[in-house]
Amino acid sequence: MNATTPKLKSSGSRRQFLQGSTALAGSLVVGFYVPFLEAATSTALTKATKPSDASNPEINAWVVIQPNDQVIVRIARSEMGQGTLTGLAQLVAEELECDWANVTTEYPTPGQSFERKAPWGSFGTGGSQGIRGSQDYVRRGGAAARMMLIQAAAEGWQVPTTECTVSKGVITHAASNRTITFGKVAGAAAKLPAPKEVKDIKLKGVSDWTIAGKRLARLDTVDKTTGKQIYGMDLVLPGMLNAAVKACPVFGGKVKTVNDMGALKRPGVKKILFVGDNAIAVVADTWWRAKTALDTIKIEWDEGQHANASTAAFNEILKTALEAKDAVVGSKIGDAPLAIANAVKKIEAVYSYPHQNHACMETMNTTVKWTEDKCEAWVPTQNGQAAHAAVAEAAGLPLGKCEVYKQLLGGGFGRRGATDYVRQAVLIAKQMPGVPIKMIWSREEDMAQGRFHPITQCKMTAALNDKNEITGLHMRIAGQSILAGVRPEAIRDGKDPVVFQGLNEGGTETAIGYTFPNLLVDHAMRNPHVPPGFWRGVNLNQNAIYLECFLDEIAAATKQDPLALRRQLMTKHPKHLAVLDAVAKRVEWDKPLPAGIYRGIAQTMGFGSYVAACAEVSIDKEGALKIHRIVAATDCGHAVNPQQIEAQVEGSFVYGLAAALHQECTVKDGRIVETNFHQYPCLKLAEMPKVETIILTSGGFWGGVGEPTIAVAAPAVLNAIFAATGKRIRDLPLKNHSLKA
Amino acid sequence: MAIPKSATLNVNGKSLNYQADAGTPLLWVLREQLGLTGTKYGCGIAQCGSCTVHIDGAPIRSCVMPASAVNSRQKIITIEGLSKDGTHPIQQAWVALDVPQCGFCQSGMIMAAAALVKSKPNPTDQDIDDAMTNICRCGTYNRVRAGIHSAARQMAAASTKTNTAKPTLKKAANALDIIHNNAGAV
Repeated sequence: MNATTPKLKSSGSRRQFLQGSTALAGSLVVGFYVPFLEAATSTALTKATKPSDASNPEINAWVVIQPNDQVIVRIARSEMGQGTLTGLAQLVAEELECDWANVTTEYPTPGQSFERKAPWGSFGTGGSQGIRGSQDYVRRGGAAARMMLIQAAAEGWQVPTTECTVSKGVITHAASNRTITFGKVAGAAAKLPAPKEVKDIKLKGVSDWTIAGKRLARLDTVDKTTGKQIYGMDLVLPGMLNAAVKACPVFGGKVKTVNDMGALKRPGVKKILFVGDNAIAVVADTWWRAKTALDTIKIEWDEGQHANASTAAFNEILKTALEAKDAVVGSKIGDAPLAIANAVKKIEAVYSYPHQNHACMETMNTTVKWTEDKCEAWVPTQNGQAAHAAVAEAAGLPLGKCEVYKQLLGGGFGRRGATDYVRQAVLIAKQMPGVPIKMIWSREEDMAQGRFHPITQCKMTAALNDKNEITGLHMRIAGQSILAGVRPEAIRDGKDPVVFQGLNEGGTETAIGYTFPNLLVDHAMRNPHVPPGFWRGVNLNQNAIYLECFLDEIAAATKQDPLALRRQLMTKHPKHLAVLDAVAKRVEWDKPLPAGIYRGIAQTMGFGSYVAACAEVSIDKEGALKIHRIVAATDCGHAVNPQQIEAQVEGSFVYGLAAALHQECTVKDGRIVETNFHQYPCLKLAEMPKVETIILTSGGFWGGVGEPTIAVAAPAVLNAIFAATGKRIRDLPLKNHSLKA
Repeated sequence: MAIPKSATLNVNGKSLNYQADAGTPLLWVLREQLGLTGTKYGCGIAQCGSCTVHIDGAPIRSCVMPASAVNSRQKIITIEGLSKDGTHPIQQAWVALDVPQCGFCQSGMIMAAAALVKSKPNPTDQDIDDAMTNICRCGTYNRVRAGIHSAARQMAAASTKTNTAKPTLKKAANALDIIHNNAGAV
C-alpha cells in the first residue's frame, strides 16, 4: 500500500454545502438558533409531492392516519434518550385530537426532506431545541390535519364543519347523531387542500391540554427492555461486511507507512483500506475479525506539527491569556476595570475546566452502501440533514441520489451532531461498491477521536466597597472556542458568542441572573489542536461553575449567606430568582442541617430555561464525598411531559457529576491519554444522590430541558464541599484533589 | 492463523453451533454468529457492563469471556431469553417506571438487576449499590434503583400467591405518576 490520499472529487455543490451547514447552524449553535420555522409552516401543510397510498393516507407532512385509526406522527428530530420523540408526538396529538392509545411515530428521511423542500424544518437535535424549536409548527401541523379530517367528515355528511365536534379520533355531528372515526375519513381528508392560513390557526391553550402536559409513558420503552430495539451498531443488511478503523491519534496527523503484517491473510479479512489521508480501515466478515486484524497492522504516522502538544502546555498558554490584551468583549456594563482599580477590597480567583469526551455508550458507527449512482447510509445522527450533506460530499453524488436512514442513538450528547464518522464510513464503502459496510469504532477509537468539551480558564475579579457590596466584576475567560473549530465562518470580528453562555446581559436564551453595577466578561480565544465539539450543556457548564463558585467565595470572604448574597443581586431577575427560591424553600435553607451534612447552592439560565440546585453532601475522615440529595428546580415555561423532564433533570446530574467528579481528557505527545472507561470513569449508581425535581411552568416562553441542569450540578456540589471542608476546588475533576481534612 | 473452530453453546435454552477464531469473546459470538444483538458492546474491557449475560445464573461480562471458555452444558441467558414477551419482573418494572432513556446500556442493566433479585430477593440499597456497577451515561440510576425495589416487591407478592403482582407494579408506576395508556401499558 502506498500512502497517497485518494483524492475526493469536489462534487458537493454549493447548495449541498449550504444545506449541511445551515442544518448544523440551526440545530447545534446555541444563542443564534434560527429554526426553519418559515419553511416548516409554509410548506409542511402543502400536499406531499408523492401521493400517499390508500392504506397510508398522509393528511399532511406530520400526520398519517391508517384506515384502522392508527395515527402515525412524523418526528423530524432525533431520539437519543431525551424523550423528544414522545413529547413531539404529544404536541401533534394534542391538536389533532386523536386517541393517544393509537399513536405511533416514524422518522421522515433526510432524502424525503430534500425532495419535498424541508416540510419538517430542521432535523437537527441539539441545543435543547427538540421541543422548543419545533413546538409551534408541529402543533399547527396537528391542528391543520384535524381541520382537514373534520372537513372530510362534514363534506361526507353534507353538514357545515362548524356543527362537527371531535374527541379522541372520533368526529361527531350531534344534530344528526352521527359519528365517524379518523380512519374512515383519512382517505378523503388526504385529498383535500391544506388550510390556507396556517399561521392563523388558533392553538389550544395549555389549560385545555389533555395529552400534552401529562405524565405519559414514553412510546419507545418496551423494545429497550427485551433486546429487540435495533441501534446503528446492531444493523444487519444482506451481504454486509464490517469495518474497524484507526485514525492518526495526533489530531492533524496523517498515515505515513503501513505494514499489514499479514493481516490480509487472516480469516474473514477482505480488504485493508485508506480512509482519507489520516486513517486505515480493515473490512472483514465480522467486526471482531476486522478489529483484531487492525490491531496487528503496523501504522507509522506522520504526526505533523502537534506531535509534542500537551495539556500542560495548553494550560500555560491559557494562563498567559488570562492577562492578554486581545480579548473580545461579551458583556459590558459600566467600567468594571475602573471599579476594580478603585475598590476598597478586591477578590480574585482563577478557575479552569478540562477537555472531556462525550463517551456515548454506543460508539460511533455508520453503515453505508455505495454504488456509482446511489449512496445509502444508516446513521445514528443528531443531525439528519448534515449527515445527508456529508454523505453526498463523501460519496461524490448529488443529494438527490443519497439517502440517510436515521437510527436510534445509543447516546448523543452533542457528539452525534458532527459528521466525521459518517464521512469515514462513506469513504470506506466507496472502495467496495455495492457492498453494505458497517463501520464501528472501538471504544479506544471513540476516546481518541472525540470532539471534545472545550478547555478554558477563567480569572474572576470582584471589586467591593466598604459595605462589602460588589461594585464591579470582571470575568476573563481564556481558551477554546467551539465555533472556531466546527464553524469558523460563524466567528465575527473574532467573537464566538457561544463562549458567553449564561453570561449575556439579557435575552431569552442564556442571560446572567445578577445585576452588577459594573460588569465585564471578555474572552481571549486560544485554540489548541484538539477538535472541540458541542458537549451536552456546552459552555454553560464551566461558566456556571466560574460564576456560582466565585459568588460563593465572595459570600464567604464577606461573611454573608450565599443565598442572601445572590438574592440581593437578583431583584431584577425574577425568573432566575423564582427557581432559586423554590429550591431554597424545599431544602428549608434557613433551618439547620443534621450534623455532618453541608449545603451548596447554584443557579443559572441556559437553553431558554431557568435552573437552580441545592446539593447536600457529607465528607468522611478519609475525604470521601457523599452526595446525599440534590433538590433542583427548572422553569422551562411549558412542560410537555413532566415525568420525562424529571428523567432529564436526573440524567443531567449524572452527566454533570461524572464530569465534575471524574472526567478529564489529557493530551500528551499530541494525543489523548485516556483510552477507555478505566481511565475515564463515569458516575456509577452507588454515587448517585437522591434527586428531587421541582418543575415550574411560568408560561409565556418555551425553554429547553436536556441540558441546562447540567450546569448547576458541579457548582452546587463544589459549594457544598467548601461548606463542609473550607476547601475551594477551582480545577476539575475533583478526583485530582484530596478532600481529607 | 488457527482455523476457526466449530463449537456449541447453550443459549436461551437452545443448543446453537457457531464458528469463531480462538479467543473470540462470547459477546461477539452472540452478536455476530448467533444474531443476538440485544447484548451490547460498550467498552470491551469489562468496565461498563453493557454486555452482561447470565451464565448458569451469574452475571458475566461477555466482552472479556472467550466463547471457548464456556462449555455446551453451561446455560447462557441473554436479554432475548430473559423471559417470553418481556414479562420478567425486572422488565415489567422497567416499563412501568419508564427506566430507559437511550436504552443502549439497559440490556446489561436489566441482566445485572435480574441476577441481583434472583440471588437477593429483597435487596437493600447497599446491595443495589454493590451489584449495579453498570455504566449509564443518560443517567437512569435512580429509576434503576426504584425498578429493582419494585420488581423485588412484585416477586415477593407473586410468591405468596396472593396475585397482587400487578397492583404492586401499578403502585410503583403511580409513585412516579406515569400514565400508561399506550402499547407499553402495564
